[in-house]
Amino acid sequence: MNKLVKLFITSISAITLALVSFTSSFAKVEGDYIVLGSAISLTGKYSSNGVHTQNGYNMAVDRINKMGGVEVQGKKYKFEIIYYDDESNPKRAAQLAERLIKQDGVHYMLGPYSSGLTKAIAPVTEKYKIPMVEANGASRSLFTKGYKYLFAVLSPANQYLEVAIDLAVEKNGGKGVRIAQAFEQDAFSQDVRLGILDAAKRTGSEIIIDDKLPKELNDMAATLAKVKATKPDVLVVSGHTKGALTAIRQISEMKVDVPMLAMTHCDAAKLSKQHGKKSEYALCASQWHKNLSYKDKFFGGGKKYARDFQKEFGYDPPYQSAESSAALLVFKDAFERANSFDRDAVRDALVDTEMQTFYGNIKFGPGGQNIAKPMILFQVRCKGDDCENRVVAPTKWASDKFYHPIPKWSERS
Amino acid sequence: MDFLIFKAPMLMVQASLDGILLGILFALIAYGMALQWGVMNIINIAQGDLVILGGYIAYTMYLAGIHPAWGVIVSPIIMYFVGVLLYKLVINKVVDRDLFISILATFGIAIVFQQLMNFIFGADVVVAQSEYGTTMLFDNSVTLPNSKIFSAFISVLYAVALVIYMKKSRLGRAIRATAQNARAAKILGVDTEKVYAATFGINAALCGIAGALISITLTLHPYVGLPYTVRSFMIVIVAGLGNLPAVALSGMGLGLFEEFADYILGTEFRIGAVFMLLVFILVYRRFKLSKKREYLK
Repeated sequence: MNKLVKLFITSISAITLALVSFTSSFAKVEGDYIVLGSAISLTGKYSSNGVHTQNGYNMAVDRINKMGGVEVQGKKYKFEIIYYDDESNPKRAAQLAERLIKQDGVHYMLGPYSSGLTKAIAPVTEKYKIPMVEANGASRSLFTKGYKYLFAVLSPANQYLEVAIDLAVEKNGGKGVRIAQAFEQDAFSQDVRLGILDAAKRTGSEIIIDDKLPKELNDMAATLAKVKATKPDVLVVSGHTKGALTAIRQISEMKVDVPMLAMTHCDAAKLSKQHGKKSEYALCASQWHKNLSYKDKFFGGGKKYARDFQKEFGYDPPYQSAESSAALLVFKDAFERANSFDRDAVRDALVDTEMQTFYGNIKFGPGGQNIAKPMILFQVRCKGDDCENRVVAPTKWASDKFYHPIPKWSERS
Repeated sequence: MDFLIFKAPMLMVQASLDGILLGILFALIAYGMALQWGVMNIINIAQGDLVILGGYIAYTMYLAGIHPAWGVIVSPIIMYFVGVLLYKLVINKVVDRDLFISILATFGIAIVFQQLMNFIFGADVVVAQSEYGTTMLFDNSVTLPNSKIFSAFISVLYAVALVIYMKKSRLGRAIRATAQNARAAKILGVDTEKVYAATFGINAALCGIAGALISITLTLHPYVGLPYTVRSFMIVIVAGLGNLPAVALSGMGLGLFEEFADYILGTEFRIGAVFMLLVFILVYRRFKLSKKREYLK
């Protein structure tokens, strides 16, 4: 009996050992599959955007696999992603990244959702020299740490609303404007703020209100009363979806008249749907819009991507999904140019990336951020009670003229 | 430091009104907390999450095409039963235990509620539209959203009703008796178990009303409950237990203080200033108590 038990234990350990050594040495490429790993927020406070991100990844994996996959050294491979739920928790995300790399043997990572979680994972991927292409961490601080294995397909946060200030100055005949701004105290929004400070300096504009909103704040009445009293030329607000919804609610209730209102996260907040006409004329920064004319052979253009995405997932793709899909296109391109599964060869190929995707041009700067794609601005415009986002800047892709100044509340119906 | 508020007197009026209207709403939540704290000696960390759940009930009605203001009637009824259920499931097991245990238990409830709401209603920030418009005073220089006036009015209405109920009704008297001395009340024939369940239910109902009001004045999100817990905790600390006028005053006072701190010190110090005030009040109270030699260590 005793012998039998011993034999059993030995054989189990032998099999486990064999499996472990097998997975760790071949996991990066298993048979015909290139295995990518991602910790993603499927529960917790980022769960809706986490799901948008995952849908974007899955859509691109399906499409690339269906269209022949990735060709390395004459052999065709398919993509496969291992997902873990990070519960919107940075600590958990870092643990899961370790697990993906050490236990699952993943050699290539896709980013999580949000700057905060990307910041938690980047030191891990850097330590193990795992190339990570991320699509949802825009914070500037990600690109100033000298990370060598981090690549972001999106424009950094400080560029989000710079264009808006340029637009305001242009409307003011090239003279500097008076800016009122309110930013939540988190990494992303504070980076957006730095961008505005730069733009203000560059254009000779003056910042007359500079409020920092606490994270738990859902009342901006004091800031808006100050705006009402000081009458700035442009009001800039960034505080994720909560900030966008609170701002529109209270601006409309307090009848705050500003010639120009620029925000972030309008589409994630479904601003035009939740607030309808009250959100009209709001100017919103976005990484992507389906009307842009970029093209690639996998998704065609933005409009086709939006149609296909709608068919598959039942809703219009937010930019979070589009940029996530683009991350896979970048990986495919890098693998094919590297023509190898060596991590450093893939990393070097990523450095040399210069391509166009339906999402925009992609070329990585020295910090890993995408330097080839400008941010776009859209404006909420309504016909009756039907509101939609129309691209107004940069002019190359504008489908509509930028409406300026915003009519006073007393003149709005 | 910014003294804009002293240059424009209308801002002062605006800040005061904003502070008071919001303070009244917070006072309602705090009163619920004071009530069950006083009666059951439980600090309910899930207070804010009950508020948000109440808000989601109103929001669901709004989605179904019913005006969200009806939430102030429907939400407390549903929330009362949620409260009683919570009591039967969890709270009755921690009532007579250490305060720390009840804090842990309600903290657990808070987490479960957050995740459940996230699961059912999604992680998006949502708002319900009341379309109540705006009241403008002093040639449009002071604007008051009617939804805020409405919510302050409803809060006062319910608070007054509750005070009368506590004074006049049988259950109200039983609740007050239990708060004063649970053992004596039991000996005199009060079913304290029932009283506890009703108290927790009433607290949840008050949270339901506040939540419905928040859905039309502020924003809803499964994870914003904690600030409401903290705020009501502070109001109760300042006002003491079982004293409604004091709770109302301290609610408005904190609301005012917060608004003025925002204007003078800057938005980033808004919450910090309130905490500083709290520390100051606690130190002051201790100092006063030790002077009277009532403080035994």
